[in-house]
Amino acid sequence: MAKKFNQLAYRNLDDFVYGSSPKPVTTKSGMVIGGGTVYPEINFTLPGMDINDSTIKKAATIYSNIIDGVLKRAAELYTPGVLVEYETLPDFTEHPKYGIEINRILINSMKEAAEKYGLKTAIRTTPNDLREMNRPPVMRSGKYWDTMLELFEQSVKDGSDFISIESTGGKEINDSALVKADIRKAIFALGVLGCRDMEFLWKNLVDIAGLGKDCYAAGDSACGFANTAMVLAEKGFIPHVFAAVIRVIAVPRALVAFEQGAVGPSKDCAYEGPFIKAITGCPISMEGKSAAGAHLSPIGNIAAAVADTWSNESIQQVKLLSEMAPIVGMEQLIYDCRLMNAATENGQQLIFRDLLVKSDAALDVQAYVLKPDVVFRISAELVKTQDNFLRTKMAAQLTVAELKKAINEGKVKSDKRDMKWLDKMQKQIDTIPDDAIEFYNQIKSELDMDKFIPSEYGL
Amino acid sequence: MATLENVSQCVLDGDLDEIKVLVQALIDEGMDPIKIINEGLIAGMNIVAPLFKSGEMFVPEVMESADTMNEGMKLVKPLIMDADMPSKGKIIIGTVNGDLHDIGKNLLIMMMESNGYVVVDLGVDVKEEDFVAAVKKHQPEIVGMSSLLTTTMMKIDSTIKQLIKEGVRDQVKVIIGGAPVTQEFADDIGADGYSEDASTAVDLCDRMMYEICGQQAISA
Repeated sequence: MAKKFNQLAYRNLDDFVYGSSPKPVTTKSGMVIGGGTVYPEINFTLPGMDINDSTIKKAATIYSNIIDGVLKRAAELYTPGVLVEYETLPDFTEHPKYGIEINRILINSMKEAAEKYGLKTAIRTTPNDLREMNRPPVMRSGKYWDTMLELFEQSVKDGSDFISIESTGGKEINDSALVKADIRKAIFALGVLGCRDMEFLWKNLVDIAGLGKDCYAAGDSACGFANTAMVLAEKGFIPHVFAAVIRVIAVPRALVAFEQGAVGPSKDCAYEGPFIKAITGCPISMEGKSAAGAHLSPIGNIAAAVADTWSNESIQQVKLLSEMAPIVGMEQLIYDCRLMNAATENGQQLIFRDLLVKSDAALDVQAYVLKPDVVFRISAELVKTQDNFLRTKMAAQLTVAELKKAINEGKVKSDKRDMKWLDKMQKQIDTIPDDAIEFYNQIKSELDMDKFIPSEYGL
Repeated sequence: MATLENVSQCVLDGDLDEIKVLVQALIDEGMDPIKIINEGLIAGMNIVAPLFKSGEMFVPEVMESADTMNEGMKLVKPLIMDADMPSKGKIIIGTVNGDLHDIGKNLLIMMMESNGYVVVDLGVDVKEEDFVAAVKKHQPEIVGMSSLLTTTMMKIDSTIKQLIKEGVRDQVKVIIGGAPVTQEFADDIGADGYSEDASTAVDLCDRMMYEICGQQAISA
């Protein structure tokens, strides 16, 4: 039975802060995520190398070195706890034995760190979604579905605390929608295909999480959708206002995981997280300035405003002047979190949150849509319907309206072409009916039917 | 009255309906179809390219211009022998084995086609032997490979080695790109060029075509 979210989880905007959420999650090690403290979430990856039977031992050694290094640094800097994210590489999902082996190495090292340093840790295991390896993607069965589930299941049984994924349902249509800045197709990709796939996928993942002891289904990320839009916008390829709207229309898709039973913390690169926290009350992970080793973003500070874990996204094992990059990432995250937590202890959490917001919000429309008050206003409207497609369409309408108002009032820096693009998007959104199937029938002739299989989405 | 300047402006504006009217009018007047292509359609895209590079046009607008150019091309192509079709050169492009990322690759294809190159898209997750087979079949001047993962970037290296093994490496220039890829990596594995993004890749290919064919190649 899916959960329903028909009201905000907060009554007061001042309660909507980092480190605390109405529904905190407690890990096996005793970390209470969303319970008042912001924890660092460290992620890392291999340097450039092939993965196969002859190199997996080397890969395992590298992962072992990374985890030992980052946990040692975490202990040296007295962090109250560390969330480790293990986001698999494609080879690790395609060959689950590789993925499982690395997950076990990380869990063992975390146990050793608990004994050696008394360090509290938890692990989020994030198998990557290989279903799109089939072209067109096969979403509900087949080799890639089976290997992905095998990796999820064994990781849960081996002791993972959280499971997450950056799922890709609808991406095959969204990719071209992004480069053409076609908001209708993007709404179809996220609001119809994405939401339908999330419902199917997360029903399964919540069941799998239940196989483990105190393992939680944590949440998804629209990384391949909204973060791709952000990167394209940063390169000057598409308008920033388009990327900002894509960010918010990814919210109903992300919400589906929580309707199915996910409890957070949501994925770090899911910048739609603040909306999820406002609606569900579940803790969220975010990333920003300290993820600069992975990618540029215009939301480096504001991303932390209501975060419950603070991530570096990912960094490969390469040597920097001081240390290996993941250790450097760990240190940076710990100092970010220390400052936020010190502000909380000092009774200045709200002041600090608002500084994080103020330092970014006026400089980019993508930051502006993450302002807590904007998040509240839009979220309050989205919970008025339970139809995920209609929510997606509403998210687009509401974001366009918010941005037009903000630009007209001079509240956010804008490009001279932004208003033209907002008008264009509004016109396109106005042509979309309120019913998902009616929209599908309407847009069918514009879709490249070689790129997706409707039945894989229950269409 | 239809003029070549009108055609160029129409390409710049991305007006899909008007371009058909203008190009047909020039054909009806008896204008040389190659002149319509070079001085009208491609000339329009030659205005678009610098506007994109300077950040004054977005990709969707460039795509509209490219689509408009192609609409005009559809009318003039049947009037020209294939061998006479203006082209800067031929490039085959693919994302390497094990890697599914294709947005960057598709942007590159769009930019290359808009700039007068004939492009063969090999898709994503392209095996080493498939790159080799495509080189043998299509005889391109340039091979472009992309990778977005640290664990698939080495497939670029193995593809180059496969091109060497099959004796076709010297027939082509190899350009590479993708998030983890750098000029240093390109130098290490013996690629001929690296480009940070799709827009600079066109300049890179233009330079390579100049090395291969001389000045006439760049003027399409």
